[in-house]
Amino acid sequence: MTLAQWYDLRDLGNPVHALLLWVGRWGPHWLVYVVAGLIGAAAILAFVVPSQLVLIWWERRFLARFQIRRGPNRVGKFGLLQSLADGFKIMAKETWVPRAADKWPFLLAPIVMMVPSIMLFAVLPFGKGMVFANLPSGIVYLVALSGVGTIAVFMAGWAANNKYALLGAMRSIAMLLSYEIPAVLALLTVVVYTGSMNLQVITRFQAHYNAWGLFLLPVPLLVYLVSSTAELNRTPADIAEAESELGAGYHTEYSGFRFVVFYAAEFTNTVVVAAVISTCFLGGWSLFGLDTWIPGWIIYISKIFVMFSVFGWVRGTLPRLRIDQLMAFAWKFMLPVTLVNLVAVTVEIALWQQLGWSAGAAFPLFAVANWLLAGVLLVGGWRVFGITRIVAPRRPRMFREVGAVIEANR
Amino acid sequence: MDVGVQQFVALSGVLFAIGLYTALAKRNAIAVLMGVEIMLNAVNIAFVAFSRFIRGEDPLAGQVFVVFTLTVAAAEAALMLAIAVAIYRGRESVEVDEITDLKA
Amino acid sequence: MLSGFGPVSAFWLLAVLAVGSALMVVVARNLLHAVLWLILHFVAVAGLFLLMTAEFLAMAQVLVYVGAVGVLVLFAVMLTPSPWSENTEGRLGGVAVLLGGCLAAVLIFVAARTPWAQVTAGGFASTAQAIGRALIGRWALPFEIASVLLVVAMIGSIVLARGED
Repeated sequence: MTLAQWYDLRDLGNPVHALLLWVGRWGPHWLVYVVAGLIGAAAILAFVVPSQLVLIWWERRFLARFQIRRGPNRVGKFGLLQSLADGFKIMAKETWVPRAADKWPFLLAPIVMMVPSIMLFAVLPFGKGMVFANLPSGIVYLVALSGVGTIAVFMAGWAANNKYALLGAMRSIAMLLSYEIPAVLALLTVVVYTGSMNLQVITRFQAHYNAWGLFLLPVPLLVYLVSSTAELNRTPADIAEAESELGAGYHTEYSGFRFVVFYAAEFTNTVVVAAVISTCFLGGWSLFGLDTWIPGWIIYISKIFVMFSVFGWVRGTLPRLRIDQLMAFAWKFMLPVTLVNLVAVTVEIALWQQLGWSAGAAFPLFAVANWLLAGVLLVGGWRVFGITRIVAPRRPRMFREVGAVIEANR
Repeated sequence: MDVGVQQFVALSGVLFAIGLYTALAKRNAIAVLMGVEIMLNAVNIAFVAFSRFIRGEDPLAGQVFVVFTLTVAAAEAALMLAIAVAIYRGRESVEVDEITDLKA
Repeated sequence: MLSGFGPVSAFWLLAVLAVGSALMVVVARNLLHAVLWLILHFVAVAGLFLLMTAEFLAMAQVLVYVGAVGVLVLFAVMLTPSPWSENTEGRLGGVAVLLGGCLAAVLIFVAARTPWAQVTAGGFASTAQAIGRALIGRWALPFEIASVLLVVAMIGSIVLARGED
């Protein structure tokens, strides 16, 4: 790739590249690495922190629309400064450690929660050259680091020595482990489809063929959307912090700044998931050739914003599910559907490569086939495994252990 | 001082010894299995070190073997959880209040 | 060989972290603390893999050990009754110290005295694709056996966890 001039701000990687080349001309080798690392870290933080403030405000306003109210509208114009004001208020609050708590895990849990979710930004491609770590196996990196948060949930829930926190943590982990499998299989379908685990290559594949995952991989998109909602502990699947049952779940005992860290980490994870969906299914920084004119990072951030709003929409619309419904949905519905779809996509890609069809002819065909298959799988799967069969639940395994209320049905 | 395969193998040996001690000495089944995990990790370090520093005819053979070790470790952990659930069921009481007493 | 201040200091840092956290697994009296130390140990080993440019294995280590094994062990500890949550030594303690000490001494001796045929080449550029090819090429049979093992373990744990009812 030829480097554009440093003032070409359609890709913010250009000035950084120019700066690094300039440092490399006079400085030692290691200095280039240090400067690159510092710039990357600063860039990630410069995106994460302001986007938090704006997105929290946006989600509150957006949710308020669903509930026919106005949402925060007093601090600043349209309540824009509300998040900042809340931040100051909560910083002023006392942060305490319960006497019965296990001190070190209790103090470390917010950090273990926050660090991986910020590290995830390192592999997200914001533009052609705007990626901090262009890892060859970026998808594995994403999946691996999003699993670390589970440990933090466990530490928080257990160390607080509070039974609501503990039950919240147990539920959360049972759910995280179950929903990670369909999520990973959905991402695996994308990897099979694009032939790479590098997020930059995945984006370039979709840009090159103008074949977004949205058009060709409807089932993985839906499955990933649903399972990431569950992994994020957001409303249709927020049994881990169900206010009406468990106080606040695993972070019941956290206050002040440490609570903010948990809250911010959940928000960061939501942004990361929206970004992953934008990258894998919505073409990342590409927009049907328009990305030559519009800066790629603006397209990417807009897509993240749209996906974030979809998450808000889901949150504002759906009621909370029971834990047995959630677990049954993951294991009995999403897992088989994703597996069947994975096999179908593999066959399609193998056909495409072996028979040497042109992409222009093959991809529309595959798109139609995949959408039909999606319809068959969703409707058929619903008929076979659907929610109707578990309206009157038998006692699921591990049910009492995760602290659910058992309906009398015996 | 440069770091080569000697240091990595020595480190692996120390970790293996710690794992062996844990596996032999601990009374608790879960702690014993944790010792086994430490031993598996120690062996993995040695495998990757051989793959990195002594290429041989197939440089990646060591890393491929680590993938298999990971598989075995995952299977082992799943079985351990199943055993723990079986033990839990053996207990008569399932009062939610008693979950706090899991904390030693 | 790793040379230069950065890699060498990273090695010693990670080595101390790995050995220290493994020792804490032994020493910690509370089994849940021991598991948390074990998870730190897994992370340190992932760092060592990364130092040896095995980037795919480092991620797989975090994915499988930290994300799955660590959580499963934590779950197992939480689900066992409280007398099980102690991390005490049994009768074999003395023998085990002797055995472990001897083994460590022998292994360090061997590692130091063997004339290793080390290459001077640098690390691997990218390993994921090569490992994938090796797994479905030369190592296809072990790969299939591993998948059978996973299925057996899955069925076994389902049977164990199901119980009678």
